Formats: sequence, C-alpha cells, structure tokens
Amino acid sequence: MITDVVGGILLAGLTLYAALGGADFGGGLWDLLAGGDRRGRAPRQLIDDTITPVWEANHVWLIFILVIFWTAFPAAFAAVMTAAALPLWLAAFGIVLRGSGFAFRKEVETLAWQRLFGAAFAFSSLIVPFFMGTVIGAIASGRVPAAPARADLAVWTGPASLLIGALFVAVCAYLAAVFLTREASRRADHRLRRYFAVRAGLAGAVSGALALATLIEIRSSNPALFHGLTHRGLALVIISAACGLAVIWLLATGRGPRALRPLSVLGVAAVIWGWGAAQYPALLPGTSLTLASGAAPHSILVTVVVVFVAAAVLVGPSFLLLFSLHGRQLLEGESHAEQG
Amino acid sequence: MLVTHVLAVAIGQQVVPARAQMATTLGFHIILACFGIAFPAVVLAAEFRGLSRSDEVAMLLARRWSQVLGVLVAVGAVTGTVLSFEMGLLWPGLMRTYGAVLGVPFGFEGIFFFLEAIFTGIYLYGWQRLPGWIHFYTGIPIAVTGLGGAVAVMAANSWMNQPGGFTLSHGKVVAVDPWRVFFNKATVYETPHMILAAYMVVGFGVAAVYAAGIARGSRDRYHRLGFGIPFTIAAILTPVQIFVGDTAARAIAAAQPVKFAAIEYVTRTGRDVPEYLGGFYVNGKVYFGLKIPYADSLLVGFKPSTKVTGLDSVAPALRPPAVTLIHLSFDAMIGLAFLLLLAGLWALWTWWRRRGLPRQRWFWWLAIACGPAALIAMECGWIVTEVGRQPWVVYQLMTTSAAATTNGGVIDTLTAVIVLYAVLGAATLVILRMLARRWRRGGPDAGPEAGVPYGPPAEHREPTGREPA
Repeated sequence: MITDVVGGILLAGLTLYAALGGADFGGGLWDLLAGGDRRGRAPRQLIDDTITPVWEANHVWLIFILVIFWTAFPAAFAAVMTAAALPLWLAAFGIVLRGSGFAFRKEVETLAWQRLFGAAFAFSSLIVPFFMGTVIGAIASGRVPAAPARADLAVWTGPASLLIGALFVAVCAYLAAVFLTREASRRADHRLRRYFAVRAGLAGAVSGALALATLIEIRSSNPALFHGLTHRGLALVIISAACGLAVIWLLATGRGPRALRPLSVLGVAAVIWGWGAAQYPALLPGTSLTLASGAAPHSILVTVVVVFVAAAVLVGPSFLLLFSLHGRQLLEGESHAEQG
Repeated sequence: MLVTHVLAVAIGQQVVPARAQMATTLGFHIILACFGIAFPAVVLAAEFRGLSRSDEVAMLLARRWSQVLGVLVAVGAVTGTVLSFEMGLLWPGLMRTYGAVLGVPFGFEGIFFFLEAIFTGIYLYGWQRLPGWIHFYTGIPIAVTGLGGAVAVMAANSWMNQPGGFTLSHGKVVAVDPWRVFFNKATVYETPHMILAAYMVVGFGVAAVYAAGIARGSRDRYHRLGFGIPFTIAAILTPVQIFVGDTAARAIAAAQPVKFAAIEYVTRTGRDVPEYLGGFYVNGKVYFGLKIPYADSLLVGFKPSTKVTGLDSVAPALRPPAVTLIHLSFDAMIGLAFLLLLAGLWALWTWWRRRGLPRQRWFWWLAIACGPAALIAMECGWIVTEVGRQPWVVYQLMTTSAAATTNGGVIDTLTAVIVLYAVLGAATLVILRMLARRWRRGGPDAGPEAGVPYGPPAEHREPTGREPA
C-alpha cells in the first residue's frame, strides 16, 4: 500500500532528523553544560568544529518532515498544528534563537557577545527537543483530536508527553556525546574522549531510564500503545535496549570506537520505528484517522514517493560528500581564518 | 450567500493578527531569501575573476562576501523554518484542504533546500583546504539550487493566485495533477519577477556598501571592484525586470482583475480609464492623485477604448482591503525601478565615454540609495501581490478567514514575533557592522583572526571563571 510507503518515508525523515539534527541539538546541550569559559574551552571547540559545516543541512530534515506530513496527511497535520500550537511555537522560536545564536557567536570578537549568543544557542538547544518531544508524545498518547478547534494544554502536558519531551533531550545529549567521543578519539585527543565518553554513558543511562519510565507510565494510561510496543514493536524495543547497553559497554571498555556511532543511531532508530509499528495503522491514535483514511489523493502520494526517491538520489550522495570532506577535516570550522 | 459567509467568518477571528504575523515573518525572511537566491552567484563571480585573472582583490572580496553569506544563510534557514511552521500554525484551514496541493512545489523545494544547505556547508568552510577551482565548482550547485528553490516557492505562491490542477469534491481535494500545480498560469511571470528582484536586491545592496566607502573617499581598487561586480549584475537586469513587471501587470489585469483594479484605483468597470499616480483612495474617490487620462486603458490594451474591470465588479466584501496601500506600494515599486534604471544608465554612460566609474558625488549618493531602494521596491511588490489577493488566500476558492487558525492568542505570538525579529534583525546588522569594522581596521590586505568560541587570543581573555550563561 502506497500509504504505508509514505508513512515509512515520514518515519525515515524523522529518524534522520533525530540522528543528525538530534546530535546537533545535543552538541548545544553539552555546550550549555561545559562550564566556565576556561574549563569549557576545549569541549566547546570540538562541539563547534563538528557542528559548524553540517548543522544547516541536518536541519533541513525538519523542513522535509513538515512538508511530507502536510502533503501526505493534511488533516492530521492541521489537527496537530492546532491542538499542540503552543509547544510548536516555542520550538519554532527556539530554532530561530539556536541557529542565529550559533552563527552569530562565531563572528563576534568579545567574550561578552560570545557568551550572549552562545547562551542563546545552548539554551534553545535544550528547549527545542523538549517541546518537539512533547508534541510527539501528544500524538503517541492519543491526545490530539481529529478536528480540534482550539489548542489545549492537556494535549501535550500529560505525563507521557512530558516524559517523552525529557527523553528527546536525553537522547539528543546521548547521540551528541557518542559522536563527540568518536570525533575526539579520531583526533587522538584522549582527555576529550574520556570527557565525552563519561557523558555519553550518563546520557545513555538517563535515556534508558526515561524510556523505561515512559513504558511504565503508558502501561496504565495508554494500554493500546503499550500493547503495540510489547507485541508488534517488541523486537524493535529489544533492539533499542540492546544497542543502548552495547554502546555503554563499548564506552566503558574503550573498545570498538567505530561501532559507537552506528550502534547509537540504530538504537534511536529502533525506538522511532517501534513507535511507528506500535501505533500502525493509526495516524492519530484515538481518532478515526489512519494512514489510509487520512492520506492525500493517490497522485500526491506518488509525487511524495518521487520526491523522496529524487532526494535519495541527489541528496544522499551530496550528504556523503559533505560528511566525508568534514570527516577528513577539509572543512575548517572557521570560514574566515584568512591568511592575510 | 458567499458574501454573508465571508462576513460571518471574518468576525471575531484571528485572521487580522495572523495576516500581520505572516506579513512580518515573510517580509523579514524574503530579504534573506534574496541573499540565498542571488548572493552565491555574486560571490562566485568575484571568485571566478580572482581565480581566472589571479586577482587578489577579487579573491579577498569573494572570501569576505562568503563570510557574510554564511551569516545570512543561517538566519535565512531559521526564519524559513518559522514560515514552514506558520503554514500549519496560522493557516490550518488552508493546509487541511489544500496541503496536499501545496505540498507539490514545497516537496521539490525541499530537495533544492537540502542541496543548497549541503553545498553551502562545503563552500563556506572549504576556502582553506579545497584547491581553488574545486572550491569554485562546489559553489555552483548553491547558485543553481537557489534558483530551483525560488522557482518552487514561487510556484506555490503563484498557485495561490492562479489555482488549478486539482479536482474538488464536497470541499475535499480528490485528484491532483502535479504538473499543472507546479506550472500554473501565474508562475510564468511571478517566478522570473522574483528571481530578478532577488538579484537586484543583492546586487544594489552589496554595491551600496562599497559606494558608501567610495563616497567617503576610499577610491581604491578594493572598493571599485566591490562596487563594480554586484552593481553591474544588478544594473544589467534592471531593464529586463521592468519588462517582466510590465508583462506581469497586464497578465494580472486579465487574470486577477480585482487586484488590478485596486492597484490602479479603477472604481467602475469601463473604457477610457485614467491612470493615477499617487493619491489616496477613500470611499471610491481618489484624493491628491495625479490623473493621466486614458493611460490605464492604454497600458492594459494599448488603446484608450480598452475595457478595464473595476472594483465594482465584485461585492464590497470580496474587494481587497487597504486599496491605498496596494496602489501606493505599486507606484513606489515602479518609481524606484526607474531610479535604479537611471543609476545603471548613468554608470553605463560614463563607462562608454571614458571606461571608468562616475566621478560625480551625486552618482555615489544615488548608488547608496539604490541599496534600500531595491529592497523597498521588492517589499512593495510583495505587498501588492499579497494584499491585492485578499480577501482570498486561494484566489476565488478559499478566503483567508477560512484558512486562519481558530486558536486564540495569535496576538501574543504576533507580539513575540515582532520582538524576536526586531532583535534578530538588529543583531544581524550589528554583526555585519562588526565584520566591516574588523576588515576596515585591518585594511584591504589583512584578514580577521580565527574565531574560537569563548575567548579567541589568550591574552584578551578575561581572567575569570564565570559561567558563560
């Protein structure tokens, strides 16, 4: 069924945004927690280097998700945008602060200005994933009505939504710390490697605890989702837990640095696809909107698939080029390091 | 029935603050979009000159411009994201019915945006380590995808003016022809009009910065080239733009006669219609306008007897609001376009006579004015097309009131947006001023130092351990 394919495309977009964009948000979180400007100088430098040339490209996945969502499932999109308007506004404003704060910080010279823009960047890296998580939580917990007339706090402030918001923050921090550990070990910077390995392990443990807490919470509040996660989505839930434990073990022992990134991403992807499998075929659980009943006309779904294939063919190799140049350190963190 | 429906929906709703918010965010973002569309080509023009003629000054300009591009692209990326959110947050009614249709152009826009962001990352940060021509070629996709993205977004906007390519049944879109959505009737003139506008905004805007330097007496090669490259591009495109705009106006007279009637103060449908320059429109009468008999009929059909549709052709509720604003914006756009044309012709004349830039002080004041003039003209054009389409969001199919959110509190997000964007705009300008000052301090040969977050050179850092936030 083409509606399932398009649903899968949407999940794939979410996965890529979570893995790539999520790590960039997490970088901002570690920037926020890096301490005073003397102590935090080295980790901040590494964070800055790794995010700089790629964050805008990673950010485009969000636009991609929004466009595919409204194109393929317009009624559900309008419902989410109406019912959960407040967290979405806050996320949008946070995105403005984060992107501009990050770009401005690089260009200013004085410490006071750098602190100001750095604070905007780092603080908004905390709030954006949190509010986005509450919106996903609102959908998953079946609190978004099919045709809401007004926004409602109750939609996204349920315990499950708040837990998922916190989970998003923790997962971003986890992914970022894992990526930064890998980057530090590639640069043979052992102090920073240890610095981020400890943090990756902590964030991984917190993520796991929050995931478990969410599962326990929905067991009573949302039996349908719980049933989905423990039946159809069970394999994915187990994969996710296994990946998380494996990453923590690798971090603790310092083995297999190359496996860190793929395993951490796989673990996060498994959570997202587990959620998708659990609520399939519902689009907005608790309403009559399913992938099939909420979908746009057939020709539009075909167009979405064509766009996705075109994106995979054109954007995929371009991303690989960007990441490989970045990985080989051919892209300098500071564009303006002119040799006068 | 439709009229009463329009009135009923408009009362007590969020459509006015929602429109104000969309206008604020779009009006802000469009400036950055212009730089996203056109600035890469200008930077590449300088780099091409630098590489092919081993021109150090052109290379320096290209590097500095690409640094400015980096700042503007970042701000443009996030303000563009706000617009994507606003499509749903402000206009859920539009998206519920037409989201699938609007998704066609925006889907393709997504691909262009991806490629643009990826190659921007490579180009901006590849200056040091990528070899010269390789670096140049990594910039080409940015300029090309900038055009592609503009075509896609303009396809969406022009579809709202000339909707087509879909079948409605009981208020639901049941079938869509993506080609006819993308290549709708209005996109033929709207798209080139906007792309040319972007090149003019960037060309005249960047040139104005160096014109200011020249007006202050810095007539070195750095300033002359910094003025010459962008100004030449913009000045060449100006007459083309005037021709495209003229064609667009005639197409609008045919396809959206009520918008055209608002633009030209045509109260009643008729022949021998005069043209008004300036003036205010109050209750069907024009005050303080300069009236040129027959001119409007002549412009539309090249004959005084050409019939022009007036505002009286539709019920008052279906006429655009703020007719005076539409008309004066249109006049300002045209007037400023001719000012820009004059500046280009002046430079051309001097070049033809003695292969140099004008020496008259007046020219440089004019060239400085061209920067804001091109920007204002572009914004005025958007006011004309967007306010002129009202009360429709999708022309003759969906009113803006029906599209607007039913949520309260738009006035709050509007306030937040105004504050946030005022700060963002001010910060962007401050950053660009800082860059300029740093470059000026170093002179044309010196570059700025590498930036390290939280305290670049050790000796300048404050000896405190305070938290950064």
